[in-house]
Amino acid sequence: MKPLAEAELHTYIDGALSEGARAEIEAWLASHPEDAERLRAYAEQNALLRSLYNPVLDEPVPAALLAVRPHAGLRYAAAAAIFALGIGLGWIVRGMFNTPQMPPVSLARLAATAHVVYSPEVRHPVEVPAGEEEHLVNWLSKRLGTTLKAPKLAPLGYELVGGRLLSGPQGPVAQFMYQDTRGQRLTLYVSRQRGEPRDTAFRFSQEDRVSVFYWVDGNFGYALSGEIRKEQLLQVAEVVYKQLNP
Amino acid sequence: MDRRLIIEHIPRLRRYARALVGDRYVADDLVQDTLERAWNKFYLWRPGSDLRAWLFTIMHNVFVNQARRRRYEIEQAMEEVPAVSVRATQSEQLELQDVDRVLRSLSPEQREVVLLVAVEQLTYEEVSGALDIPIGTVMSRLSRARERMRQLLGAQGVMPLKVVK
Repeated sequence: MKPLAEAELHTYIDGALSEGARAEIEAWLASHPEDAERLRAYAEQNALLRSLYNPVLDEPVPAALLAVRPHAGLRYAAAAAIFALGIGLGWIVRGMFNTPQMPPVSLARLAATAHVVYSPEVRHPVEVPAGEEEHLVNWLSKRLGTTLKAPKLAPLGYELVGGRLLSGPQGPVAQFMYQDTRGQRLTLYVSRQRGEPRDTAFRFSQEDRVSVFYWVDGNFGYALSGEIRKEQLLQVAEVVYKQLNP
Repeated sequence: MDRRLIIEHIPRLRRYARALVGDRYVADDLVQDTLERAWNKFYLWRPGSDLRAWLFTIMHNVFVNQARRRRYEIEQAMEEVPAVSVRATQSEQLELQDVDRVLRSLSPEQREVVLLVAVEQLTYEEVSGALDIPIGTVMSRLSRARERMRQLLGAQGVMPLKVVK
């Protein structure tokens, strides 16, 4: 019996063998128990990996993936241009954001940029402080044309600092800022989304040091940004989502 | 162009992405980037050729570029809760978690080959084409990855059903 190449052994568990080849390998394995044991373990790996990941096939496909359309790639150009030119020149690329069905990834980028700009502010982190929360929420609600809420994150250690109105590609944007006792800040960015109302799953984006969880709910996009660990941020994002969708 | 052609493949792209990067959100971002690139390059796809293999090639390229740029390996630093929901008994559950952990310990190059062969059930030739590597490299990566997984799974005594009193 001629020795079998390693590749031929793998062929045995990965299918697509002729009858002759199969018989040859089986004869080899009968007299080489170590190889037989090894192949048994590999076949078991196949089975375990399939049972681990096949359930993904049964999950509903997130709306954002079904919404992907040709030429959405322009968002890369738009995002890169904004970073290169700075927010001050943002109006130049504004036209690019009018691409139909732009996916919400740029939401994360915009939110992270706003987070980086305002969260380090010592004296003027917000326009309206938490002391005037009612006024803040009414004002931002009026400007965005919806009823906003500032989520209560105190149970997670984050107190409302206040909020401000920003300008985004779809018009006014609300930013709420929170802070824990160590001065770690989180911002919640709320902006109107273009196109048909839809809902997306939570999505995550790492924008340099800023972690962002973002989602679209109806006509509005929400993005929670912070320079904290992803799983901590997810915990907060889940609470925010629940409070906004009681 | 027919959108349904690509949309049909999304569940399998998501399965592969999830297995490849571990984290659900990162995986769906990878799928989204792949779909965008696929749409914009759809004119490069030859009708009649294997669309699925073509999509895996695109995903591979996006993955490689992003791993370089955005550190997709972020999940390795984190102890993830199981990334997928599975109906399994407790011992099977443990076994699955162990397999997932061992899968994460492979290099991204080895992980790609193992998953394309074991989960996506591509032929070696298709894997060679999708990853743009010679078939000999496919076989050596597959062989090393499987042996490493076997060693790690065996060495940790993680097959709870086989523990002897």
